[in-house]
Order: sequence, then structure tokens, then C-alpha cells
Amino acid sequence: MRFDTVIIGGGLAGLVAGISLQQAGRSTAIVSTGQNALHFFSGCFESMQEAPERLTALFAGAGIHVHYNPGVRLTPLGTFREATLSLEDISLFPEAKFADKALIACVPGYLDYFSAFLAEGLEKQGIQCRLCSLDLPEELQDGSVERRSVQLARLVDRDWKKIVQQIRLLIKDEDAVILPQLCGLQDASVPEHLRQEIPARVVFAGTMPPSIPGIRTQRLLKRRYEVLGGTYLSGDEALDAQVEGNKVLSIRTHNLDNHALEASHFILASGGFFSKGLRSNPFRVWEPVFGVDVDFDEDRNAWYNEEFAGDQPYMQYGVKTDAALHPLVDGTPRENLYAIGSVLGGTRPELGNGAGLAIRSAFLAVDEILESL
Amino acid sequence: MRHQEKTSSKHNFEECMKCTVCTVYCPVLQVNPRYPGPKQAGPDGERLRLKDPYFFHYALKYCMNCKRCEVACPSGVDVAELIQSARIKYDRSAPKLRDRILASTDLMGTLARPLAPVVNGVTSLGLTRSVLDATLQVDHRRVFPKYSGLSFECWLKRRAKEQAMYLEQVAYFHGCYVNYNYPQLGKDLVKVMNALGVGVQLLDGEKCCGIAMITNGMSARAKKNAERNLAALRKAGADKGMKVLTTSSSCTMTLRNEYPNLLGVDNADVRDAIQMATRFVFERLEAGATLRFKPDYHKKVAYHVPCHMERLGWGIFSERLLRMIPGVEFTLLDSACCGIAGTYGFKKENYEASQAIGAPLFEQIRAVDPEVVACDCETCKWQIEMSTGYSVQNPISILADAIL
Repeated sequence: MRFDTVIIGGGLAGLVAGISLQQAGRSTAIVSTGQNALHFFSGCFESMQEAPERLTALFAGAGIHVHYNPGVRLTPLGTFREATLSLEDISLFPEAKFADKALIACVPGYLDYFSAFLAEGLEKQGIQCRLCSLDLPEELQDGSVERRSVQLARLVDRDWKKIVQQIRLLIKDEDAVILPQLCGLQDASVPEHLRQEIPARVVFAGTMPPSIPGIRTQRLLKRRYEVLGGTYLSGDEALDAQVEGNKVLSIRTHNLDNHALEASHFILASGGFFSKGLRSNPFRVWEPVFGVDVDFDEDRNAWYNEEFAGDQPYMQYGVKTDAALHPLVDGTPRENLYAIGSVLGGTRPELGNGAGLAIRSAFLAVDEILESL
Repeated sequence: MRHQEKTSSKHNFEECMKCTVCTVYCPVLQVNPRYPGPKQAGPDGERLRLKDPYFFHYALKYCMNCKRCEVACPSGVDVAELIQSARIKYDRSAPKLRDRILASTDLMGTLARPLAPVVNGVTSLGLTRSVLDATLQVDHRRVFPKYSGLSFECWLKRRAKEQAMYLEQVAYFHGCYVNYNYPQLGKDLVKVMNALGVGVQLLDGEKCCGIAMITNGMSARAKKNAERNLAALRKAGADKGMKVLTTSSSCTMTLRNEYPNLLGVDNADVRDAIQMATRFVFERLEAGATLRFKPDYHKKVAYHVPCHMERLGWGIFSERLLRMIPGVEFTLLDSACCGIAGTYGFKKENYEASQAIGAPLFEQIRAVDPEVVACDCETCKWQIEMSTGYSVQNPISILADAIL
């Protein structure tokens, strides 16, 4: 089967590249091995200091609204981090003390949300906190039932008015209400409804994964990509590539076995170690599909930082590329292959990290491809 | 060795890193709070079951085996296989009479076919459905598939000579549904293959693939069927070098994946020969073969990728094939389970969950308002037709209708 461009990886980088190319009238396929880092997305575009029109328009086209407000955001652990651009559900504050008094709502038996940490963190900023419990919907009152973000979010999306009623009864003189980020999974308008109906500033605090705004973002981007005519191969794995000279001709995948995917251009957006875009054993780190050069320390002792919570050097490992993001093989660029997103690790610090790296490198690769035509 | 036995298992379970992504895509977990979900029922539970079978939990029966957890897993864990193999290994409860009946698609077809008009009339009566509901717990709201008077096997046997005249031959694993309920799909396949210059043969002694037996606690019988099918597949595939085509995504997944992975029946020598017909046709057309299409054909088609087709990763072939047909106005429906999962949705205890799972898909179909919904699975067809009123056709039937 032949496409203009085949993209390996269906996360943020792959989808942004895929949507941009489809919009430019190119035919593309995305090969996605399982789901991706968007399921752990904080909702905030890490390392983005700007709000490019191109990005906001692409997201708006998919029905995803972002806002630009340089300042800080609240983390799930009650600390604050610098943030500039985020999904609309995520509150961005000019400074950490965003209220005088906060009511922190928790859900009994829901273990993926840390209300005590939140209270401690907010108190540090001089925000007085009070904790309260929300009543569970009947379906979840049985103690043996699994309570994860997705199950709760479905019920909140359905019964958000009941949450409003409960909060209205519980709230006293607080000027802010902290709710766990458990809404807007199917119906993206629910966070806004809650904000409208609750008589205080509503702030959604992140939960442990899976991330509700992240799942919604993935679903909407994928749908947009498919509406534009893109082919998304879910749960398939790119195995290897056929190469001639410095050009990739085709790739083979696990599900399509001998039916190769041919294209003029290929984009490697396969993610880092978690997504198996990078593999390792005790001796080396490698990129499994194209076998391109990876930047890593020969000395294995240098891979780790003994301080567990410190920065780990191996997290910076990634594929080596030239200025136009062509990965290198023995130092020579593969001319029709591009590497984007976290498979780059920390090798391109000027492009940022996390979501910022995914988006900037995706746009860069798309421009290179469109210019080469 | 003892230590090894209690800590390692097949299906890649040690690769699970507890990321919980599978719980997002499990259709059952979203509607049935009694189901512990793929992560707990699969890799988490496996760790405990290996220590002591005591930890096997009856709630694993709520797994529909739709495989969406496996498609979603970023770590390559075969979650649904872990759950189904635990049911095979540890579940000692005998299947109910109802489950035996539902799973015996072959036997029921053989019994019902000669009396098809009577059976069809009786099963569509409200009274019969109430009785079945009360006695067997087959939900009374469920519409039963109709039986055909003439089986597909009989129909094709009568045309064996004519089919043998084609230079190139394929074998067809038609499955119970085509044979007993809807021979038209088999006839459509024959029309398409003949148009490509290929003759269609029956396998020598095809049995039910056994998927319904696996999910209904009858794996021993499923294994017997698997062995007999493999003998037939070897005769056609390995010995004569023929492709074995299928039109049902669930049969295909069972023949290719469940036989070795769940039933321990090795199919390595014939696995590659087993192919969905849409893939075969697409590859033929891509290689330059041509079909003559009706000049004034027009159809608005919405394609639903069945769960097992999604797991096979071959929805792309049906999609491309449909898009190739001149005059087809194509919409790809969002990836979602229709809720029936074979015999699952027929059971009284699952009916509500089954319809709740399918609701978003039904809603989208109504919004798209196609002339026909395309789908490679027979049980999805029953579910979507019953729940939306839209007619559902296999892509091969749509193609057959579009060619001269």
C-alpha cells in the first residue's frame, strides 16, 4: 500500500504531523503501537512559551480549545509549575496565591487524587483550605468496584448537575473550589458548565493517570485526522524498513506482515523508552525500526543518577539528527526520514521537551516535507 | 522450577507496567461496575492466580474478549488472552444449558435448517422469546438471526464443477453464519472471486471455528473443532498451496490467533494462508487486476470496524476496498464496540450492558444516516440492525452489488 507519508507513532507528535500533512492535501498513514503519552498529559504544553496560531488553529479544528496565559499551574501534588499554554480546563494563574480560601472536594475511595498534598501546598501559599467529600453515585458505592478516573468521569459527565448541587450546599465563604479533574471525557463542555454554575473560582486539580483531558485530546485529534482522510492503524507495530542508499522505501508492520507500507517520506514519532521508540539492554540503547544512530553514553555507569528523584541522564538519550531532523545512520542522514517528538530525547534542547518538543519538531518535519515537493 | 512456574506466564504479562491505559478502552468496565476491568482481571490477577488458583474470580466471565485492551496496550501485553486463558485453566463450573446452546452454532444450524421457515416464525414470536427468557435466560428483547432453508455448502457443492473450471482456486472458510443463516454473503464472495477469475472451493470438512465455545467454557470441544479445522486447512493451504479466505473477522482471529494462543493448537504452517477476503481482493486490485463496476452505482456507506478486525489490524483493507468502489460515499465510524460480542449480548444478564456499550456507535450511525452500514462481523450486524434499524452488509456484499 502506498502513501505520501507514513508516520510511525500515533501520539501528540504523530497526530500533529499527520493532521498538518492531510490538511496540505497529502495522503498519510499512522502506525500506532498501543496508546501513548497523551494518556498521561497534564493538559499543559510543557516547554511552550508561545501560542503559535498554527497550533491553536489545528487544535480548534479538532474541537480542542487552548488558552495562553503565562504564569503558573497547580500540579497534582499541590506545588506550582511555570506554564504558558494549556487546554482550557487547566487553570493558569499569574501567581500561585490565586485565592484566599479554597474548598477542596474529594471522592471517597478514589485513591488517585491527593487532596491532603493539595491542601498542604495551597496553605504554603497562604490559601486557607477546607476539605469536603462528594457523595458517590449509586453505581460506585459498592466497595469492591474499581474507581479510576475514567469510570468516575463518565458519571460526572452525566450527573454534573448533582456535583453543582452538592458544592453549592458545601461551600461557605471560599472564593475557590478545587475539584479533581474528572470531567469532560465525552462531553468537552462539562468543565465549563461546572465553572459557570459553581459560585466560586473552579480549579481542576490533576489526578493520577489516565488523564481525562489527555484521553479526550487523543480521541479528538485522532477523529480529526481520520475525518481528513488519514489512515490510523491502531495496535500495529512497525517492524523494520527496506532501505536503498539513503532512502527508506517501505516499512513492514506486525499486523500487515508481508504487505509493506510504501511512501515518499517517513516520520519516526515512536516515542521514548515507555513507548518502545527507544530500546535498551545492559550494553546499549537502540532505535528498533530503522536502526538509526542513538546518542547515549558508552559507560553504563553514566546512564543513571544515584539520586532516584534526580534528573536521570538516560532520559536525555535519543536519536541523532541533522538540522532538518533527518536521523543519521553511521553519521549519514536518511534523506526521506524525519524524527520527531520524544524519540529525540534531549538531543535537540532548542526544541524544548514534552509537548513542546512534540509540536515544534512535528511542524519542522512537516515544513521540510512540504518544501521538498 | 517450582519458583518459575509460580512467577512466569505466557501472554507477556510481565511487560505490564500498570499504566491503566487498558481500563480506558474496556467497553465492559464503562457500563458494568461488577467487572474488575482488564488490568485487574488480566495481568494483576495473573500474578495472584499463579500463586494460588483460589484467586480466580468468577467476574472474569464478564470479559467480552473484544481485545480492545490488547489494541490499546502500549507494552504489548495480551490482556484478553490472559483473561480467557485463566477462564479455561481455572473455571471449573460447568457451562449452563443456555450457554451450551448459544455456543453450539454448528449443531443448532444443522437442526434448524431443514425446518427454517418454522424455526424463523417461532423464534420471532413474542411468546417464544418470553419463554426462552424465563427458561434459559436468553433475553426476550434480543432479535434472533434467521435460518436459511438451503445451506451454503449445498449451494456451492451444486456448483463445484463450474467453480473448478477457473485456473486459480481459493478455499473458503464460510463459518456457521454463512452456512446456516446467510448464504447470500457466500454467494457474493463467489461472484466477486469469479469476476477476478478465481474459483471458490469448500474446505474438506469445515467445523465451527469454536470462538463461542471458548467464551462459554467449552474449550475442550473448541479444541476438537480446532484440530479438525486444521486438518482441513492443511489439506487446502499447506498441501495444495491455496489461500483460505474468510468473510468473518471473528472466525479469522480465532483460526489465526486463538488456536495457538488459547487452545494450544499449533497452526504455524497454515496461519499465513488464512486471509480475510477483503484483503485478498484489495491486494489483487492493487496488483493490477480490474473489476467492472456498474456505471450508475451510488451508495452512502458507513464502515464499522469490528473489534476483532481492529485486533487483526486489517480494517484498512476493507476500508480501502470500499473507498475504491466508484459511487461510494464513504464514512469511517469511530472505533467503538457495538456491545454484542458474539453470544455475550444474548444473555439476559448482559443485555443492558450490551446495549449501553453500543449506544455511542448507534448514535453516530443515526447521525451519519447511511444507506448501509458496512461491517465484517455477523454478530455486529445483528446488533446494529436490531438496535438502529439500519441495514448492515459485509464489504464483500457491497462490492458484489457494485460490480457488473
